[in-house]
Amino acid sequence: MAKFATNDDSVVVIIGSGAGGGTLANELAQKGVKVVCLEAGAQQSSASFINDEWKSFSQLAWLDTRTTSGSWRVAKDFAGLPAWICKTVGGTTTHWAGASLRFQEHEFRTKTVYGTIQGTNLLDWPVTLKELAPYYARAENKMGVTRTNGIPGLPGNNNFKVMHAGAKKLGYKEVHTGNMAINSQPRDGRGRCLQLGFCFQGCKSGAKWSTLYTEIPRAEATGNFELRSECHVTRIEHNDKGLVTGVVYYDKDKKEQRQKARIVCVAGNAIETPRLLLLSASNMFKDGLANSSGQVGRNYMRHMTGSVYAAFKDPVHMYRGTTMAGIVRDEAIHNPKRGFAGGYELETLSLGVPFMAAFLNPGGWGSDFAWWMDHYTNLAGMWLVGEDMPRETNRITLNTNVKDQWGNYVPNVHFDDHDNDIAMREHAFQQGERIYQAAGAVRTFRTPPYPSTHNLGTCRMSARRQDGVCNKWGQTHDIPNLFISDGSQFTTGGAENPTLTIVTLAIRQADYIAKQMKARAI
Amino acid sequence: MRIIPIQAPIAAGFSDCNEDSGEVPRMNHLPLARREFLKGSGVLMGTLATGSLLAGLAPSTVWAVELKTLSKAEGEAIMAMGRVLYPHEKLPDAVYALLAKDLDGKAAGDAAAAKTLKDGVAALNQAAGGDFTKADAARKLAIVKAMEGQPFFATVRGQCITSLYDNDMAYATFGYPGSAWEKGGYITRGFQDLKWLPEPGKAASPKADL
Repeated sequence: MAKFATNDDSVVVIIGSGAGGGTLANELAQKGVKVVCLEAGAQQSSASFINDEWKSFSQLAWLDTRTTSGSWRVAKDFAGLPAWICKTVGGTTTHWAGASLRFQEHEFRTKTVYGTIQGTNLLDWPVTLKELAPYYARAENKMGVTRTNGIPGLPGNNNFKVMHAGAKKLGYKEVHTGNMAINSQPRDGRGRCLQLGFCFQGCKSGAKWSTLYTEIPRAEATGNFELRSECHVTRIEHNDKGLVTGVVYYDKDKKEQRQKARIVCVAGNAIETPRLLLLSASNMFKDGLANSSGQVGRNYMRHMTGSVYAAFKDPVHMYRGTTMAGIVRDEAIHNPKRGFAGGYELETLSLGVPFMAAFLNPGGWGSDFAWWMDHYTNLAGMWLVGEDMPRETNRITLNTNVKDQWGNYVPNVHFDDHDNDIAMREHAFQQGERIYQAAGAVRTFRTPPYPSTHNLGTCRMSARRQDGVCNKWGQTHDIPNLFISDGSQFTTGGAENPTLTIVTLAIRQADYIAKQMKARAI
Repeated sequence: MRIIPIQAPIAAGFSDCNEDSGEVPRMNHLPLARREFLKGSGVLMGTLATGSLLAGLAPSTVWAVELKTLSKAEGEAIMAMGRVLYPHEKLPDAVYALLAKDLDGKAAGDAAAAKTLKDGVAALNQAAGGDFTKADAARKLAIVKAMEGQPFFATVRGQCITSLYDNDMAYATFGYPGSAWEKGGYITRGFQDLKWLPEPGKAASPKADL
């Protein structure tokens, strides 16, 4: 692997090695750009991943102190765990389920299409689906998304059979095993899915795409890339011209280091990215970097989510096989006749016994709770994921009462559901239950949203600088050599799982950055 | 999480023999084999029911859990509270003993935690008129329900989630096989063996590439 000097100010520094950071790093390195990637987490591998829910959680999850506030149930049930995302090389691409859906055309124009909705901060993206289409295509090929590029869909497991049977009986049309970045056949040097059932715990077969064993090693092979793991960035520095000059981080040995940079790209996921900009406040930038709009940290979205589990007379063994290769897409459209704007997907989901106990009904107990655990082998499950409304008051702020291990203020995640979110969730719960009842369920259960696995919007793209943090390239409005490179860029959340779009934006951002560097514009 | 069972040899710890006949009396309860192995404030012991699923899987049907802070009686009260919070007839006492063990472990060296536990158990017993473990099911439930919202309740209930459900005995009881990769996953082991609903068809669910 290449090794760059800490005082080498010609490198691009990328903070985070996940879907955004890892992809951006490889795309730039392939073009001959020198990249230093600083990842707070340690490096795991398919060999070190663990098929054990709690042990894996300890291994991969971001567990640095965070606080929560707001009316969302997560603040009550999981006050210290607003999000289930990762601190590891590969970021949340180690943990994700692989669902890879393109946004719909209207989801880039929600202000225009949905109109003004009270209490929201809806805004059109400064890019269109048409502009992103070629990059979506490159991302789908890169990741090996099933039902694209001649890649067959995955075979459906028992959990999918139940969803399919019920959904078809109800009249749903678009029901299949999904567009998944999981090899159904060997491809790209990785084997095909063995239906292990521990997708969330890191793929031990490598069939599921993760930057950990694709983008990162490919970047390394170019000789233009250096990964420094267990290096936690705590500050981005700038000069008196207002351009960023480098970053400060704590290395493996807890020693403070400074890496100079020509360009800094922040891809720490949507809680750490705005936090870092806020922590980097200075005399020149009193409200944090790139925050002239005041929108850094705001418009935090986590998707309308929830789950429905159902018990049947006969066994399902939903834990066998992929966690999420199954989808009903009919409700993803915008159809305000249902009583809300935007749409949602219904996707199969399974949890093991340990996590079912923790998440089925947080705080629940007694014989009714126990009934569900007793019927574990006869359960089927789905996850509901839909477009939640951006709100200025849903935001990441620095909690000045609590400090982390480096003495920096921890992030607080504040969230209140909007009425649109609540109406959509109610509809989704009902439809999920009806699907399972049509398949013969004896009982159904409505599970509330888990700690957020989709975290978006906190440094959003906007056409006008007063409405957001970055432009259509993810380049911050205020600081031309500072980029947002993860899901924080999302102007709105769409109904779709975000990873494909994050990778798409990273491929496109790499093209832009390389061009700008060549032209010496940054 | 595995329990290491302790198989007590009969009469091994008793060296005295002052019967006229010289016969060593056979103990009619399980003695502690070596007292220095099991020190501490209390020991919870039991057996797995012969012929049960777990008895067939375990290396021994005898189990023992050592407590460092709680007494045996306090441990048993915690176990009983666990059974009220998460009542599973199929789960043996050995699993509820893990709850007591884990709470006891967290209380070791944490005086405040130990006090919350001991005071909580005392409150359970007082509400039951002396011995919580002897109250009937309905009474136990009412007592536990009345404590909802209190720190002791939250601590015990929260601990149940991992202690009761994150162990091999619970996995076996609920039919969850756990780790799959070392067995090659489920691609040849029934990931799509459900037959009581119609097949989805190739468009929705392409054939597995084996």
